[in-house]
Amino acid sequence: MMREWDNSPELEVQHLTMRFGGLVAIGDLSFNVARKQITALIGPNGAGKTTVFNCITGFYKPTEGMLKLNHDNGKQFLLERMDDFRVNREAHVARTFQNIRLFSGMTVVENLMVAQHNTLMKASGYTIGALLGLGSYKRAAAEALDKASYWLEKVNLIDRADDPAGDLSYGAQRRLEIARAMCTNPRLLCLDEPAAGLNPQESGELNKLLRTIRDEHNAAILLIEHDMSVVMGISDHIVVLDYGRKIADGTPAEVKIDPAVIRAYLGVEDEEDEELVEEAIVAVAPAPIAATKPAPTKQAPAKPAPAKKPVKAKAPAKKAARK
Amino acid sequence: MYFLQQLINGLTLGSIYGLIAIGYTMVYGIIGMINFAHGDVFMVGSITTFIVLLMFALTGGSGPFAIALALALVIAISMAVAATFNWTIERVAYRPLRGSFRLAPLISSIGMSIVLQEFVRIAQEGRSKPIQPIIKGKFVLMTKSVGTQDFAVTLSYMQIGIILSTLVLMTVFTLIIQRTALGRAQRACEQDTKMAALLGINVDRTISITFILGAILAAFAGFMFFMYYNVTDFHVGFAAGIKAFTAAVLGGIGSIPGAMLGGMLIGLIEVMWSAYFSVEYKDVAAFTILVLVLIFMPQGLLGKPEVEKI
Amino acid sequence: MSAAPKSGGAKGEAKVLSPSEIAKDLLISGLITVPILVPIVAIRTQLDQGILTWHSRFWLAGLLGALVVIGRGLMYVFVWNPRAAAALDIAAPDAVVVPKIKLSRIILSWVLPLIIVAILIANARYIFAGLILVLIAGREALRIVFPDRKLSDLIGPYVAPGLLVFGIMLPIVAHLGKAYGVELPNFGELRLIDLAGYILIYIMLGWGLNVVVGLAGLLDLGYVAFYAVGAYSYALLSTVYFPRWFGVGIVPYAFYVTLPVAGLLAGLWGVILGFPVLRLRGDYLAIVTLAFGEIIRLVLINWFSFTSGPQGINVPKLTFFGYTFKQDADGDYSEFSKFISDHFFPLAYDRIHSYIFLYYVIFALALVTYFVTKRLRRLPIGRAWEALREDEIACRSLGINTTNTKLTAFAIGAMFGGFAGSFFAARQGFISPESFVYLESALILAIVVLGGLGSPIGIVFSATAIMGSFEVFRELGSAGDAIKSMMGETVGGWLSWLFAQFPTQLQDSFIGTDPVQFRMIAVGMAMVVMMLFRPRGFVTKREPTVYLKEKKSISGDMVAEGHG
Repeated sequence: MMREWDNSPELEVQHLTMRFGGLVAIGDLSFNVARKQITALIGPNGAGKTTVFNCITGFYKPTEGMLKLNHDNGKQFLLERMDDFRVNREAHVARTFQNIRLFSGMTVVENLMVAQHNTLMKASGYTIGALLGLGSYKRAAAEALDKASYWLEKVNLIDRADDPAGDLSYGAQRRLEIARAMCTNPRLLCLDEPAAGLNPQESGELNKLLRTIRDEHNAAILLIEHDMSVVMGISDHIVVLDYGRKIADGTPAEVKIDPAVIRAYLGVEDEEDEELVEEAIVAVAPAPIAATKPAPTKQAPAKPAPAKKPVKAKAPAKKAARK
Repeated sequence: MYFLQQLINGLTLGSIYGLIAIGYTMVYGIIGMINFAHGDVFMVGSITTFIVLLMFALTGGSGPFAIALALALVIAISMAVAATFNWTIERVAYRPLRGSFRLAPLISSIGMSIVLQEFVRIAQEGRSKPIQPIIKGKFVLMTKSVGTQDFAVTLSYMQIGIILSTLVLMTVFTLIIQRTALGRAQRACEQDTKMAALLGINVDRTISITFILGAILAAFAGFMFFMYYNVTDFHVGFAAGIKAFTAAVLGGIGSIPGAMLGGMLIGLIEVMWSAYFSVEYKDVAAFTILVLVLIFMPQGLLGKPEVEKI
Repeated sequence: MSAAPKSGGAKGEAKVLSPSEIAKDLLISGLITVPILVPIVAIRTQLDQGILTWHSRFWLAGLLGALVVIGRGLMYVFVWNPRAAAALDIAAPDAVVVPKIKLSRIILSWVLPLIIVAILIANARYIFAGLILVLIAGREALRIVFPDRKLSDLIGPYVAPGLLVFGIMLPIVAHLGKAYGVELPNFGELRLIDLAGYILIYIMLGWGLNVVVGLAGLLDLGYVAFYAVGAYSYALLSTVYFPRWFGVGIVPYAFYVTLPVAGLLAGLWGVILGFPVLRLRGDYLAIVTLAFGEIIRLVLINWFSFTSGPQGINVPKLTFFGYTFKQDADGDYSEFSKFISDHFFPLAYDRIHSYIFLYYVIFALALVTYFVTKRLRRLPIGRAWEALREDEIACRSLGINTTNTKLTAFAIGAMFGGFAGSFFAARQGFISPESFVYLESALILAIVVLGGLGSPIGIVFSATAIMGSFEVFRELGSAGDAIKSMMGETVGGWLSWLFAQFPTQLQDSFIGTDPVQFRMIAVGMAMVVMMLFRPRGFVTKREPTVYLKEKKSISGDMVAEGHG
């Protein structure tokens, strides 16, 4: 069965394994990330999600496996062999961090200028040219400033442009980190818990932002997230990890009802409680929004449907209450 | 034969370095910073030894019991003085900066090292001249001839004393760390200070005691140093400190047996280099080892590689 | 802030201590001073012609111990204990920090300057007294006209240009002053300009190290190595290699030719030394760079055939583009003054010429350092340095090759160190490895850190304060005379009388002591004290390198100090 993310994917993770001494953090993980899609990597805490990110972005060297990145112009990169900064510079993979790594002692706009370092360095003649007063740097700097302004508007931080980054609220800092990552023109954007600590309104704005990025900027987005409203709300594709291994891989609709996923999160095996569990999941995750692009997904008949009927009657009421 | 002699000399010197290195490694393990003044605490120990010995005016004629008693007193006084110094340094210059920026404790530490050196220099008018008391006739060299009649490999009482007492001290310390509550508290603080505090360990006191223990060892090393070389001055802490730190890193920072092992190695390397290559560059050899170890093997021989959480 | 007993080590808790607790603490403090002061201070050993003797001076130990206890007690009353502070009606009972600031501010802003003015007037030094009064008046005027603006904001933009003008005018003013008979006490024109030049060397070194430590956040404790490379490059090139390659005629021009070469060599060494240590952080980087510095010094001492070891090398002094400043046989002219006389206006030989010229050369070199580093800070490389200081991993995630960033910082810093070293050699006329010890590196590091947050202006102040204070120490000479000369006869008279009341042992000790001995320990203590009270240094604001609408300074609390 061919999924659209198997068809010319942006990123192919194949048999990724990461061992720390005797501990297997990731075991034989394989999945694909499609271009112009939002893929979510979810799983209980400690499942190894950030480790996957660190492998993809070059901060860890995987023990085994292959990470192939395919640009739409045909260029390919083997990320497992690349240094962390090259992964960004050459393969155009950008990331944000679980614990927010901003340059707090620099202003918001300075943060975005640092992100455009490589472009500016070239334009400055690797510093020597600009030092001697050669011309093109000024223009490049102005363009960089424009790009920074563009992204600041996109993340709604344009008013705080000259404030120190450390002064921003938590949600604003997360948005700034995303804007900073986008300033590096990434083809693959890896977001580590972008919605952590955001209130529902901010989460909604984040969703909008991510959808814009996906649609307008030819970028694939891979995100780690625990907030199910975000995950279910915008993902086109979900991969579920538990103890470093993949336990589910499919559309939100499929993953939502996957018993392996339910078990991993809730650990419930008793038949009688499965109904409650289903209600909970349905309530938390609103029905897939029609705004997502119609994906030629086939129904997933393989998994045995739960014996109980989905409690449709109660669900909408619960959903309304949640909203 | 020459080699054997150098071996003995190297081990002796290495013991001294090892004792100082333990202090470095314990402090680094528990608060994550290099106590730049630690080498100078060693110097304080040796200076105090010198002063008190001078006061006791021991001569070769005194009976062995009197000598032993006097030496025990000297050791005790040196340890007390050095421990007070190190404790005070921690309280005054390091503790208030614990939550502060990364550079602040380091600068403070460098400043303290300068203060200590200058304090001793001014107080003792050592200026730039080494103080050279010759305490003669206290220990008779025992020659233990091994090999041809032309050469003799000597193993002085002093050397035996140093190596043995170092081994004893190290065993005692390792036992303290492994078996006692204090040792447990210290290991807990090394791992995670906040958690240790939450579990009821008095972190401040544990740290203070660590500094005191480190100083005691350094003072003993200072005592041994003075008895062995019969010379000391206010500047010995500098080179000894760097070499001892090299030893601590070589052995693996945070590991006490590692510090001793590193110390022995550094001592051997230094002595062998002086013996077989050139004396002038022996310090260069030691410093180069430091550079090489930190570049290629930062976790040392017995340490564990650190993986940074991103 | 310093060693105040606080419960659980938490900062800022205003815990009120009862008198008995305070007494207990003071007692313990006193007891602690005992092992520290006895035996090292109390027993004085002396080497007289190979014979060791010792004598006791417990009174000195007792005195110092008493000073410690009294000082601590005073801290309790004025700083740490709000109840006592309230009793003295200094500030609100619940504010522990306020009394300290208010009292010290009053003392620093009013009491101290007015005392100095009074002393100056008593000594008929009216011009200087007038100057201080003008400054005070100006400060108060500013406060009245702009009541809601902070003084530092108002003055801020004018500091740099002001210093520039001051720097340019200094020799001129000093020279004119001498002509009109106005001179600083004990600091005649010659000494003043010489000192200013000496301080400028350290300012330049501070600006150079600032690139590595202040901007990139890399802890370099071996900066003196590059200083040495620059000095020895000039020495060897000008005395050995250039004459060999280009003939002896080049020697008068040697400095100008070797300057760029020395800088390049030093920069190269910066890369060589920087390369192996890039992965190291914080304390480790500091110690390794320290080791490198020592290795270079030891090689300089021991590689006799190349560097003449501890004997040092005599180098040609700086010439005015080929014309020396040496007095000729008749005593009327030097080559320089003859040159000026022939082409511009008559000028006889004067010793001051070389000093003024040296001053302007180092001033120019320092200015180049300043402007280049300022420019670099605005370019991508400079921003990358500061970002590196903030968070290296974030930098790498943005595609920045931090290895190259670090190497560039090392190389540029080293290059300026090399320039300064060359100048130092040409100024002294002689170099030896003794000038390039670890303590110099520590000193330069102290200058950078105390200046604050990589701020060039802060470095000017800290360098002047530290190196200038050395001269002040030298001035103190023997205490009695010094106090007299500094404060004039009238005040000195009382102090002398007061002084005479102390036991003779104390007097002898005090007078016999050479205060110059205390300068290094003062620097060490200053480092510790600054870290305790003002860890970010004099300057506490960072200026952003680019802004969209408005340039806003960033408070020092937010700026990282680097991880090495």
